[in-house]
Amino acid sequence: MVRGKLLAALCASFVLSSSVAMADGLVDPGRAPYVDAMKGKKVVFLPLAMGFDLAEGWTSGVRQTVVSNGGTFSIRDPNWSTDAGAQALTELIAEKPDLIVVHNPDVQSYARLNEKAEKAGIYIVQVNMRSSYSTDGYVGADWLKVGEAEANALVKKCGAGTSGKVAIVQGVLTAATSVYQIGPILDVFSKHPEIKVVSNQAADWDASKAKALTTTVLQQNPDLCGLISFWDGMAIGSSAAIREANKTGSVYVVTNGGGEKMACDNLENGNFDEYVSFDVPRQAADMGDIIKTLFQSKLKPGTIKVSLYTPNQILTKASLKPDTCWNMKDLPKS
Amino acid sequence: MMGGLLQRAHFTQERIVFAITVALFLLFAVTLDRFLTSVNLLSLLQSVSVLGILGVGMAIVVIGRGIDLSIVATMAIPVAWVLYMMNQGVPIAAAFGLGVGFSIGVGLLNGFFIAYVEVPALFATLAMGAFVYGFGRSQLFNQDIIYLPTTSTWIADIGRMHVAQIPIAVLFFAVVCAVAYLGLKYTKIGRFFYLMGENYLAARITGIPTRPMIVIQYALSSLIAFIAGIVTAAAVTSMNSRVVNSTLIYDVILVVVVGGIGLSGGKGGIRNVIVGTLLIGILLNGMTILDIPFTLQNLIKSAILLVAILVDSAINPRDEQTSQQGDI
Repeated sequence: MVRGKLLAALCASFVLSSSVAMADGLVDPGRAPYVDAMKGKKVVFLPLAMGFDLAEGWTSGVRQTVVSNGGTFSIRDPNWSTDAGAQALTELIAEKPDLIVVHNPDVQSYARLNEKAEKAGIYIVQVNMRSSYSTDGYVGADWLKVGEAEANALVKKCGAGTSGKVAIVQGVLTAATSVYQIGPILDVFSKHPEIKVVSNQAADWDASKAKALTTTVLQQNPDLCGLISFWDGMAIGSSAAIREANKTGSVYVVTNGGGEKMACDNLENGNFDEYVSFDVPRQAADMGDIIKTLFQSKLKPGTIKVSLYTPNQILTKASLKPDTCWNMKDLPKS
Repeated sequence: MMGGLLQRAHFTQERIVFAITVALFLLFAVTLDRFLTSVNLLSLLQSVSVLGILGVGMAIVVIGRGIDLSIVATMAIPVAWVLYMMNQGVPIAAAFGLGVGFSIGVGLLNGFFIAYVEVPALFATLAMGAFVYGFGRSQLFNQDIIYLPTTSTWIADIGRMHVAQIPIAVLFFAVVCAVAYLGLKYTKIGRFFYLMGENYLAARITGIPTRPMIVIQYALSSLIAFIAGIVTAAAVTSMNSRVVNSTLIYDVILVVVVGGIGLSGGKGGIRNVIVGTLLIGILLNGMTILDIPFTLQNLIKSAILLVAILVDSAINPRDEQTSQQGDI
């Protein structure tokens, strides 16, 4: 009898306790390590400069990820000066934050510093322009694919029945963007003898220089069929020259960039014909992911080398939708 | 002896540069297809007209024995601010007014520091250029490149305009040159600039209001810089504030010096700026047509400039006056 009561009580208490457990839910065993991994972590972003679409887009996304997970986020802005950037990186190595997001100005300048920082125990994530030294993480455009996409667009447009003449406007010749992009473009063209590269010049990311040289190229080659510009901010200079020569529409302009509103505006008004976008909001999300992964892994910096290449989006006027581009003005400021 | 001296006087730096310019022009005209077409020659001028306009502004200051290193910042930042304000919905006239006011204000400040505080022009304008850039980028707008608002395409239309086949930028260059030429040659202020450049103390003793003149000089160069900025913005539908960090300022000084306006002041005129600008324009145009790699272009450009300077110092050795005052 007593045993019966005891059993009943036990059963009752079991039912009760289990129902309590059901109401409270189970504790997700993976969550605590996730939360703790980022708490109090110091993340620093070293861009080429602030105030342009790519850097602002990345900053907004990464800051959101880091701060909402309990870390701190700060920016060192060297304002386009490679020297100032190298100095900032050197100082950061001494300060020892937990992770630095580095935007390299060229292939060489920060390569050794990136390595040194990793050896000093700082995770290094490189963004969009990789230095010759690969670090824990790289998030950015796949310049090989960008170049191929651009070249193939012109192969399609400038085949039989056209002059086959194309022009290439590069940026700063030592930038990773230029050195990794020009190879695949020339490779594609070399397989298509009908394509003639009539001009292959550098305009230093400057729209005015791009405009001047495009004007000259157009005069030499009034039957120019297509033009590749290595960056949207510079391509508007070439477009202005083409429009001035009344050749908008007959010269196929292909360029690339982060897919900011300016890109959609220029596709809409015919300045650009095709645009290879490396979707900056997505890159910011990728950076957030790689940062979270590194902190949770607790690996010694320099142990793994992970690359996350952003899939390219090919944009044309026909493919535009109201939400295709993002707007720098709408980014949350903090 | 006499004959030697006369011969010497004929070979001023301006003439040497002009000869080099003509030689290059003939060389390209003979060897390059389509170089010698009116369209190409106009576009050649168009591509250097902003440089030329800035050169005129710099020349006015250099003739009065000064230098304006803030000229590129005064070109870029006020104009970028104007575009930014237009993007924010400020009426265009108000935006322009504020932009012009800002750039003239910079010039007045430059002049005040140099004339009244007696800071050397080199340092005052160097610091001012950095200040204008920093102030603009941190206080006025936070973007690096400011695009023309999509609602104001008419400005871009003007930028593409041709009057009787002549691109609008070339017209602007021509007008700035003409006004500056007449001003320097026929107005009192213009003559005063030369006298101050020739001998500042003597000019002061004879009663020329040298200090206000200096202020006017820098206000003028700032205003001309603003005009250059507007021409740039209309041409490429944007203003890239990063141009402040580029080598453009050296090109501007180069145009002035290579054209034959000595940095010691009191010499030269607008004609020299035009010759210097033409040389750079012909070089750039020819090398682009030839599709010469960019790094090699720099080498050729600097080699030709070096030759011009070497020939000049061989034919026109430093005289006693320059060795006393020294070049900048």
